[in-house]
Amino acid sequence: MRHFFRRKSSCQIAKDRLKILLISDRVNCSPEMMELIKNDIAKVISKYMKIDADNMEIQINTKGTKAGRSGKPSLYANIPIVDVVSADLNLNK
Amino acid sequence: MENQFSPEQKGSEVIVVTSGKGGVGKTTTSANVGTGLAKLGKKVCLIDTDIGLRNLDVVMGLENRIVYNLVDVVEGNCRVKQALIRDKRHQGLYLMPSAQTRDKTAVTPGQMIKVIDHLREQFDYIILDCPAGIEQGFQNAIAGADRALVVTTPEVSAIRDADRIIGLLEANGFKQMDLIINRLRMDMVRRGDMMSAQDVVDILAIPLIGIIPDDENVVIATNQGEPLVGGDSPAGQAYANVVNRVQGKEVPYLNFDKGISFWTKVTGIFHRA
Repeated sequence: MRHFFRRKSSCQIAKDRLKILLISDRVNCSPEMMELIKNDIAKVISKYMKIDADNMEIQINTKGTKAGRSGKPSLYANIPIVDVVSADLNLNK
Repeated sequence: MENQFSPEQKGSEVIVVTSGKGGVGKTTTSANVGTGLAKLGKKVCLIDTDIGLRNLDVVMGLENRIVYNLVDVVEGNCRVKQALIRDKRHQGLYLMPSAQTRDKTAVTPGQMIKVIDHLREQFDYIILDCPAGIEQGFQNAIAGADRALVVTTPEVSAIRDADRIIGLLEANGFKQMDLIINRLRMDMVRRGDMMSAQDVVDILAIPLIGIIPDDENVVIATNQGEPLVGGDSPAGQAYANVVNRVQGKEVPYLNFDKGISFWTKVTGIFHRA
């Protein structure tokens, strides 16, 4: 049955959850702090352009898969831009 | 007789078996790896460092022979030798039990190192069974160790804790850490309902040294107080391979995928009512 609907396997769910969990564990960064960072980034960016803050994502990744735990982590932000033009308007204000 | 079995002897090796999370199989792994090494002719000392919640004595079936324990040694109530229980079934296998009526603060890391250094002269391998958690008991257990076996199961909580432990071991200067994945169920992996060994290795990023299938024979062996390493059961074979890999030998991984039929056959033959 489940085959037809192609639901995400529980194994995949576990891997996805662990990926997020371990990143924050390893850099010792709580989800609350990530939320604060996200809000601050949104605030700064929206000074210059109109962004979709509700759909933005930030993530800390350890770069490179082979490097494993020795690779330095980096912060990725995915910020959907709604309107670039409005940036000028805001600046002129 | 003493050294004839270890020609490549580079002195003794002290291995801590740890996991972070409780109940993933640290004690079972300690008992089986220790017993397996002794079966190969090594002189092995197992130390239960879980003060207050000792279990290794029960898994080894030596609970009735305890007179002195680790805390007695540390406090000078007895000599190191007096606290060692000789396992009569296996030549060269000894257990230093932990104290049941004390707590983790009864021993310090410095005292552990002293005890271990004393034992190094007499043993090829010293295996430390670490308590769950990351508090003083953990610090005591890792203090004198050269290398670590990190035990986990393919579950989110156990992997998370293992990751934490690996971080702490790294911070404490451990260079050699190897992963044992316990209680793997190939049928569930095949269904996509359990992380595979490769998934776990990818996440934790330390070398794999053993995959132990989920096997009811482990429960039976624990009931009987006799580690199953080297026996015909899937877990017994898997532990025998771990023992060889601990010694640096390359051993191919068992193919649990070959089918349930083989398993049920094996468990069927050795099924005890």
